[in-house]
Amino acid sequence: MAKQIFEGIKVADFAWVGVGVQPSRELAEHGATVVRVECHKYPDSLRTIPPFKDWLPGIDRGAFGAAYNTNKYGISLDLNTPKGQEVAKRLVAWADIVTDGMTPGTMAKWGLEYESCKKIKPDIIYYSTCQMGQKGPLYKFGGFGMVGTAYAGYCYLLGWPDKDPLSLFNNYSDFVAPWYLTCAVIVALLHRRKTGEGMYLDQSQVETGVTFLAPVMLDYIVNGRIANRMGNRDPYMAPHGVYPCLGDDRWVAIAVSSEDEWDDFCCVIGDPEWTKDPRFATFLGRKENDGELDRLIGEWTKDFTAEQIMTMLQDAGVPAGVVEAAEDLFNDPQLKHREHFRFLEHKVIGRHAYNAPAYRLSKTPNHIWKAGPCLGEDNEYVYKEILGYTDDEIADMLIEGVITTETDAPAGF
Amino acid sequence: MAEQILLGGYRVLDLTDEKGLLCGKLLGDFGADVIKIEPPGGDPARNIGPFYKDIPHPEKSLFWFFTNLNKRGITLDIETPDGKQTFKRLVETADFVIESFEPGYMASLGLGYEELEKINPRIIMTSITPFGQTGPYAYYKTTDIVGVAMGGMVRIFGDAGMPPNRISAPQFYFQGGIHGAVGSLVAHYHRELTGEGQHVDVSCQQAVVLSLMIAAEFWDLLKVNYKGLGPGIGLSGIYFSRWIFRCKDGYVFIMWGGGATTAFRVTSEQITAMANRDGMMLDFKDFPFVEFDLSKIIFDDEIKKTVDRFVQGLSEFFLTKTKQELFEEALEKSIVLVPLNDARGVLESPQLAARGFWEKVEHPELGEAITYPGFPVKMGDIPYRVQQRAPLIGEHNEDIYVKELGFSKEKLVLLKTRGVI
Repeated sequence: MAKQIFEGIKVADFAWVGVGVQPSRELAEHGATVVRVECHKYPDSLRTIPPFKDWLPGIDRGAFGAAYNTNKYGISLDLNTPKGQEVAKRLVAWADIVTDGMTPGTMAKWGLEYESCKKIKPDIIYYSTCQMGQKGPLYKFGGFGMVGTAYAGYCYLLGWPDKDPLSLFNNYSDFVAPWYLTCAVIVALLHRRKTGEGMYLDQSQVETGVTFLAPVMLDYIVNGRIANRMGNRDPYMAPHGVYPCLGDDRWVAIAVSSEDEWDDFCCVIGDPEWTKDPRFATFLGRKENDGELDRLIGEWTKDFTAEQIMTMLQDAGVPAGVVEAAEDLFNDPQLKHREHFRFLEHKVIGRHAYNAPAYRLSKTPNHIWKAGPCLGEDNEYVYKEILGYTDDEIADMLIEGVITTETDAPAGF
Repeated sequence: MAEQILLGGYRVLDLTDEKGLLCGKLLGDFGADVIKIEPPGGDPARNIGPFYKDIPHPEKSLFWFFTNLNKRGITLDIETPDGKQTFKRLVETADFVIESFEPGYMASLGLGYEELEKINPRIIMTSITPFGQTGPYAYYKTTDIVGVAMGGMVRIFGDAGMPPNRISAPQFYFQGGIHGAVGSLVAHYHRELTGEGQHVDVSCQQAVVLSLMIAAEFWDLLKVNYKGLGPGIGLSGIYFSRWIFRCKDGYVFIMWGGGATTAFRVTSEQITAMANRDGMMLDFKDFPFVEFDLSKIIFDDEIKKTVDRFVQGLSEFFLTKTKQELFEEALEKSIVLVPLNDARGVLESPQLAARGFWEKVEHPELGEAITYPGFPVKMGDIPYRVQQRAPLIGEHNEDIYVKELGFSKEKLVLLKTRGVI
C-alpha cells in the first residue's frame, strides 16, 4: 500500500469522551501512529454508556468508545501513580502531538500540561479541548456536549415555537468542534515544519457551536431579533417541512425553494384544485397560509412511501428526501456507493460498523483497518516496541497496578 | 493572522455558493488569501437572509457577511471563453480551488480536476456537494431540511407523537463546508511533503451522518432506531428522564442521573441538596444515586416511578430560581447545569467575552462596525484577526486583474461590456 499521509506522525492521545479523540482518529485514519491512554479505574464514560453488544454492559462491549478510536493503539495506565506519570512522559517524549480533552487543570495534576510537555519535547504540538476553553470565569465548567449545545444556543432553536425546547440527543457541538480542531492541528503541523516550533491549541467547544449559528447571532446583534424555534418551517420557504408517509412513523422532508420548483411540485401531485386557490397561487400567499398548505400536502403524502415521494419529486427536480432513521442510513444506496459504513472485527463486539470520513481523496485514500481498541489491548506492543520497556519492567508495572487490568466501575447512567 | 504564517501566502479560489462558502472562510481564518469568484452581478448566496437592518439587498446579507469573512472578491463568468482563460491564469497562481457546482459542471466547461491538474499539478480541487460527485443521489436537489433529513439528523430530534424536527438554523452546508476544509488540509499536508495535488470529493450527507453520535451504532448493534424524545434523554423509544426545565426566567439544562457516570450522579446529589436547603425534594434526601441507573427504566417500573417523582421535584424547585442563581451554584458544586441560552444569552455570556471570542469588523460602506463570532481555537500566541470583511460585488477586480494579472484598464472595460466580469 502507498505511504499514508500522516505516516510517521506520532500522537500521545490522552483525550477522552467525544471531541478530543476525533482529530486524532482523523490523523490515524491517514497513517499517524496514535497511542490512546486509558485507565481501568477511571474508564472513559463512552465505555460505560450504551450501545453494548447484546445490551450487556462492559467496558469493552460498547460501540460508542470503539467508533471514535479507529486505527489507534490502546494502552491502560494509571496516571494517578508516580510511575504512571513517568511512563506518560516517556510517551510524550516519543510524540509529535499530545491531546487533552479533560476538564481544565486535570493534565496539570499529572504533570502533563503543555508547559511540562514542552520541556520534555520542545516542539510538541498540544491541543486542549473542553466546553468553555482553558481560561475565563467559567473555565472550570466540566460538562458534556449536551449542555454545551444548550449554552451555545441550539436547544432554544429546536422544537415548536409554542412548546418547550428539545434536547439534542447527539451533543451536536461535539460534532462541530473536532473538525475545527483537526484543521488547526494540521495547520500547526505545517507551521512546525516551516519554523521548527510547536504550538498550543486551546479550543472552546461552546464557541465552535456558536460559529455554526452565526446567521442567528448576527440577526440578533444587528437587528435585535431573537430567533425562536419554528418546528420545521423556514423563514424563506413554503412549503417546507416533514410530512407523514405510508408506514409506521415514516416521514419525508420537502422544501420548495423557487417558483419553478413550485410549478414542478404541483405537476407531480397532479395539479389538484387547491393549488389554484388564490391563497396558494402566490409565494406570499403560501407563506401566509403555510399551516393549511402543510395539511393539504400531508393529505397527499400519506398515501405513498417516503421513498416513493422522494423519487417522484427528485425526478421533477424538487428537493425532497426520506427522513432517514439509522436503519435507513445502512440501506441508503448513496451511502453504500460512498462506502460510508466500514465493517471491522472488534475483539469483543465482533464485526461492527465504523464511519468513513465525509471526504474522499483521489490519490491518497484513507485506510481504516483497526477497530477501536479494547482497554489495554495494545499494551504489549506499545510498552515494548514503542516505549522500549523490558518484560521484567512490564511485569513490575502490572503487579504494582501501574498498568491496570481490572475495573470495578459500574456501567449505566 | 499575519502574513506568511499558518496558511499565509497560500491562495484559494472560491467558486462555491451557499453549499461550500464556509470552507473558504475557514481557510481564510487561518490566513490564506481567499478570492471569492462570483458570477457578474453577484453570487445567489447574497440573497440569503437574514439581512442587515432587514434590508433585502445583495450587499446586506448577514449570511453572506459571515460566510465570506476573510475573502477578497472578484467577478468572472467562467462559462465564457475569456472567463475560462482568465480563470486558468488564476489557477496557475493558486493552491486550492473550491467549488460546489452540480457534479460534472466544471468538467463540462473544461475546468475539471484533470484539466486544472495540467495547468498546475500542485492544485488541490475541493468539490463540496450534497451527496458527492458520483452515485445514485449525486444529482438530487437539497435544501437544509432535505439534507439533514437524509443524513439522519432530523429523525433523532423531536418529541414523541410529533413529526421529527430539524434545528431552526441551517447546518447541512456548514457541515459540508467544514469537512471540506478538513479534507482540503489533509490533502494540503500531503502536497507540502510531496508536491502532489489531488481532488477532494466531499459529501454533505456523510458529514451529517458523522454528527449523529451513536445513532448508527445503536442500529448496528441493537437494531434500535433512535428517535427524538423531547426535552430529555431516552432510548429505543423509551423516555428516560427530562433534562430541560423551566425556571423563573427561562430554561435550564441539567444532566442528572446515577450509576457509573460520576458527573451525572454528583449532579443528582448536589441538586437534591440545594432543593433540600429550601425544604424541597426532601423525599430524595440521602437517596442512593450510586445504585441508580436511568437506562434500567426499560426493564424496571419502580425506576420509572422514581424518575417521575424526581422530575416533578426538580420542576417545582427550578421555578423558584433564576438561570443565573442556578448556574452560579452549579459551577461551585460541579452540577452539570447550564442556562439554556437564546441568542441574547449567548451574546451576554461572560465567558465568551472574557476569551475575546467576539470580533468587531468595520464595514465602512455601512458606517459601522459589526460584531461577529470569532475563531474558536486559539493557535498558540498567534492572534486571530479578521483581515477583511466580506467583499462587495467585484470589489477586488482591479487588484486582481490589473495589479496582479496585468490586464490594462481598457481590457477590463472590454471584459465588462461582454459581461465576463
